[in-house]
Amino acid sequence: MIAKPIVGILAFQGDFAKHEQAFAKLKCETRLVKSPSQLEACEYLVIPGGESSVIDRFVKSTQLAEPIKRFASNRPVWGTCAGMILLATHVVNDRTISPLSLLDITIERNGYGRQFDSFIDVGQVTFGAKPEPLEMVFIRAPKITNIGAEVVRLGSCRNETVIVRQGNVIATSFHPELTASTRFQQYFLSLKH
Amino acid sequence: MDNKEYVLKVGLAEMLKGGVIMDVTNAEQAKIAEDAGAVAVMALERVPADIRKAGGVARMSPVEKIEEIQATVQIPVMAKCRIGHFVEAELLQELKVDYIDESEVLTPADEEHHIDKHPFKIPFVCGCRNLGEALRRIHEGAAMIRTKGVAGSGNFVEAVRHLRQIYGEIHALKKMDKEKLKKMAKEYRVPVDLVKRTADLQNLTVPNFAAGGIATPADAVLCMKLGAQAVFVGSGIFKSSDPARLARAVVTATTHYDDPAIVLEASRALGDAMPGLEISKLPKEELLQYR
Repeated sequence: MIAKPIVGILAFQGDFAKHEQAFAKLKCETRLVKSPSQLEACEYLVIPGGESSVIDRFVKSTQLAEPIKRFASNRPVWGTCAGMILLATHVVNDRTISPLSLLDITIERNGYGRQFDSFIDVGQVTFGAKPEPLEMVFIRAPKITNIGAEVVRLGSCRNETVIVRQGNVIATSFHPELTASTRFQQYFLSLKH
Repeated sequence: MDNKEYVLKVGLAEMLKGGVIMDVTNAEQAKIAEDAGAVAVMALERVPADIRKAGGVARMSPVEKIEEIQATVQIPVMAKCRIGHFVEAELLQELKVDYIDESEVLTPADEEHHIDKHPFKIPFVCGCRNLGEALRRIHEGAAMIRTKGVAGSGNFVEAVRHLRQIYGEIHALKKMDKEKLKKMAKEYRVPVDLVKRTADLQNLTVPNFAAGGIATPADAVLCMKLGAQAVFVGSGIFKSSDPARLARAVVTATTHYDDPAIVLEASRALGDAMPGLEISKLPKEELLQYR
């Protein structure tokens, strides 16, 4: 029998409980991560949605920035929404965040606007040979404004790229954990560790 | 299945979990709150302690104040409207605030009706003292519930009472059969389906945050341990002697509420907390929670 993969979920702030519920449907073991030693026990890492400035503060105060970078060198990391901001190289409109620079993208925080402009729509994703539709929930979402040459585009919605991947590191500007589908999570778990 | 608008409304509340929402009255305070790690700010004309002191009618914050705060921070900006004042709520929606608090801290506009919150695109948070109030507000469309404490008192005994009350009532639903749940739904004046979902979930169907008189990091941690999923801090921060430091400390403690060593570290050298009021000495008309 193959051991269940252990998925770590950064749990300082945000919708980490929703991520736990989604991975539980796929029979994964999840661990909430708030320290470097908790991170070491995991095979995958998720940085959830929440407020990026708050999560960034705690990544710094618990000295998790370097351990997350080392983790990403040989294990898959996924950031949603705020998590995408933290993985980016540049954030154009924020004075406090110093992102981890694991994905060569530039981000505009709240690029789609305020809560009034939050929306749900069906986008296109390409995980296999053929594109497929996927329902996507955008909440005060960040917008990708520039994409580096090494970065692969895996999904789009309303003419914007909303899923990007560079090696082991993947990010979504929407929230797969808020829909019934686990299609995205299955793709993430298919990445090698 | 919930409709899409409602998924977005509850979704934003999910994103705020584990965080601290701070009352602010101007851009300068909003910046202090954001820098300290607040997950959102609540725009107010005056903090509850000053509303309490000044007396008179408390209303929605001036438009310019809300705009000034929105222009200053990247985190969500919430604002309060009076209970039942759906026109103030319409104005807050036009302003594109991120959450509307239909709040007993302001003077109620309608003693009979709360706002029908379903038609609004902006989500609402409402206060409650017990499960019946919480379920009625959810049925009216609230996407987040917070406890009612005695705002502006620096004394959170009522917030604690109401957290225990709600979770006690939810726990009691667990053992009830279908007939008993029907009876409870009648008593709570909400559809039985909502009571049933609450019983199955053993929690409210929307995020439940704590509010009212939280003044120290340890106060915030107690609320988290009693089941709150985030905390609102009102007068506690900007009525203390070192707001920036206390704000940071409450944020740290709330995130690390399961680690007493970190909460202790956060509790050092905070200066003077806001002076508190003894609730039993307040006349009933000054206890905003009965609104």
